[in-house]
Amino acid sequence: MTDMLTPVLTDTWDAQRSWTLESYLDHGGYEGLRAALAQDPADVVQAVKDSGLRGRGGAGFPTGMKWGFLPAPDGGPRYLVVNADESEPGTCKDIPLMLASPQHLVEGVAITSYAIGCHHAFIYVRGEVLHVYRRLLAAVQEAYDAGYLGTDIQGSGFDLEVTVHAGAGAYICGEETALLDSLEGKRGQPRLKPPFPAVAGLYARPTVVNNVESIASVPGILAKGAEWFASMGTEKSQGHGLFSLSGHVTRPGQFEAPLGITLRELLELAGGVREGHELKFWTPGGSSTPLFTAEHLDVPLDYESVGAAGSMLGTRALQIFDETTCVVRAVSRWTDFYAHESCGKCTPCREGTYWLKQVLHRIEAGEGTGPDIDLLLDLCDNILGRAFCALGDGATSPITSSIQYFRDEYEAHLDGRGCPFDPARSTLFDDTPEAPPALAGAGGHR
Amino acid sequence: MTAEPVGARSRTGYDAETLAALTADAEQITARYPDPRSGLLPMLHLVQSVDGYVSRDGILFCAEQLEMTAAEVSAVATFYTQYKRHPNGTYTVGVCTNTLCAVMGGDAIFDRLSEHLDVGHDETTPDGSITLERVECNAACDYAPVMMVNWEFFDNQTPESATEIADRLRAGQDVTPTRGAASVCSFKQTSRVLAGFPDGRADEGTGAGGPTLEGLRIARERGWTAPEPDGVDAAGEPAAEVPPETGTAQSSAERKPTTTQDEKPGMPDASEPGERTEGSDD
Repeated sequence: MTDMLTPVLTDTWDAQRSWTLESYLDHGGYEGLRAALAQDPADVVQAVKDSGLRGRGGAGFPTGMKWGFLPAPDGGPRYLVVNADESEPGTCKDIPLMLASPQHLVEGVAITSYAIGCHHAFIYVRGEVLHVYRRLLAAVQEAYDAGYLGTDIQGSGFDLEVTVHAGAGAYICGEETALLDSLEGKRGQPRLKPPFPAVAGLYARPTVVNNVESIASVPGILAKGAEWFASMGTEKSQGHGLFSLSGHVTRPGQFEAPLGITLRELLELAGGVREGHELKFWTPGGSSTPLFTAEHLDVPLDYESVGAAGSMLGTRALQIFDETTCVVRAVSRWTDFYAHESCGKCTPCREGTYWLKQVLHRIEAGEGTGPDIDLLLDLCDNILGRAFCALGDGATSPITSSIQYFRDEYEAHLDGRGCPFDPARSTLFDDTPEAPPALAGAGGHR
Repeated sequence: MTAEPVGARSRTGYDAETLAALTADAEQITARYPDPRSGLLPMLHLVQSVDGYVSRDGILFCAEQLEMTAAEVSAVATFYTQYKRHPNGTYTVGVCTNTLCAVMGGDAIFDRLSEHLDVGHDETTPDGSITLERVECNAACDYAPVMMVNWEFFDNQTPESATEIADRLRAGQDVTPTRGAASVCSFKQTSRVLAGFPDGRADEGTGAGGPTLEGLRIARERGWTAPEPDGVDAAGEPAAEVPPETGTAQSSAERKPTTTQDEKPGMPDASEPGERTEGSDD
């Protein structure tokens, strides 16, 4: 029987100097690469297909199938690009993984590159995590020095160069084609698809773009078998995943469990909602996934069940908010974020997020009127599905879902009444009069 | 025009020594990529490490190195928030005011710091020590509210702890991130690392804070592990399991209660103070 928590990636994190190659090797590191190099690359792709591993960056696309979309080799270069630009609000799994145990990722990069015939791989990490970048640079160097990267890896004849690249602060670069443009030294703006990166990606060459956790899960599949991986999770959502609990919980943190665990179970492990309070709303997979409420506590957190319940599994970023939190304030702030991070390429997203922000600010400030709620829904309707990438879609998720579940709370703000909540009650510390409550809710990015 | 020394063809105002050093670094950057243009982002970090922001000279330098126009380089530089258009303080103090951190106290922290330092978002104190910023989600939500100093993590902040850190920075004293190097380096040094030039400090600091290890701690305590590979074939086929319904066999409801919360979810654990776990070293 599978245990409730299944440490695989996290299993090495509490070791002394867990980030070093020495520590990783002590815990069975690079067994997966050894197994992969002894096989035909096509068999490695097949093993990942058989494991049922699906993209851990939010979209949930089957990883092995993505690899299989690369056209037949034509003698030119093929690239692997790891998306380490973790920026989705609430998402906090890849950064601690790379800080604690970057070799999981480096080994996964080596195996994946071998599988897809790539000889130069890139890890694109957001620039706002200095120590993580240091650790990645050091991890790659250690792997080179030990012969796990470079030329003739472990005597296999396989060559691989890895470049760790720091971004410079742009959420949109987490979108895979924007990431590729950024990696080419351009503004990070999404490309029209098709062609998909598998056909024309980095430098218009066949490219696989995968999330950190997806790639870091590959060594285990090679070392322990596709069946082992598939023995965890549900029928269609297989394997282990990192669940990140944050917000109004007693003990927030990372919980590595088979897909299909419920928030009720996770909350039990985390000591419940903070003392004296109750769950009001939560995100199953970051701010771009429609909100859930207490009625969804028993939804199995797998791709299918969360989708059937009206949201998305996303990045398993479980942000928990208790009854002290004003949902309008929360959604307004996320909307500030989307407006700030919209790259400006597509008009519906660029203009739509701007107007959503204006309307939400006036509602939160008590200056909204009756038609404003339907105006928000109308704006969302004009953004959803009308832009190149999913940023605009994501911007609509918290708005439409919060109006669905908390329309009366929006109405309570209208016609001069303003926000009925005291933001000081939501903070983790005893607030002081120095922070004026009237401003605290209505701020935002300029 | 009189003859100019080394770097005569450069339109930048850098002196010969600076230009030579920058050029050598830029060559190392472009050598990492199949196409030199991919080096533009690290190269912009590089010029920030010299000038403390993306200066006119810095833009011209990148343009010359990559055979682009200054307008093309500017178009890229202005897209990314980490590239500064004005001289930055020695330290960027960034308070996360995205929803979760804001609700947990980030708004109060930002307001207190803003009042304490008498600067607003993207403004620098008159002594040039601190540039205050509202930052977006920095992937440390389990440590909310979070503050970044030169992109190092300062977890679980309060208005008091944040102002204390700011005061130390203004006094020229070292500050130590919760999860990061032993001390925070300057904005220029930070920018040099981000350009891909290691500073030898990767082994400093902890691997993980308390929340990062919370699930693992519980698993160790209860003897929970990932399945052994050998166990899979016991039934002759991979066990593609459907998770148990709550209240049935294998679900948490079936497990013996071990803490107060097991019987009263949401209530504080009798065996531990009802406080959030502080980030611990190792």
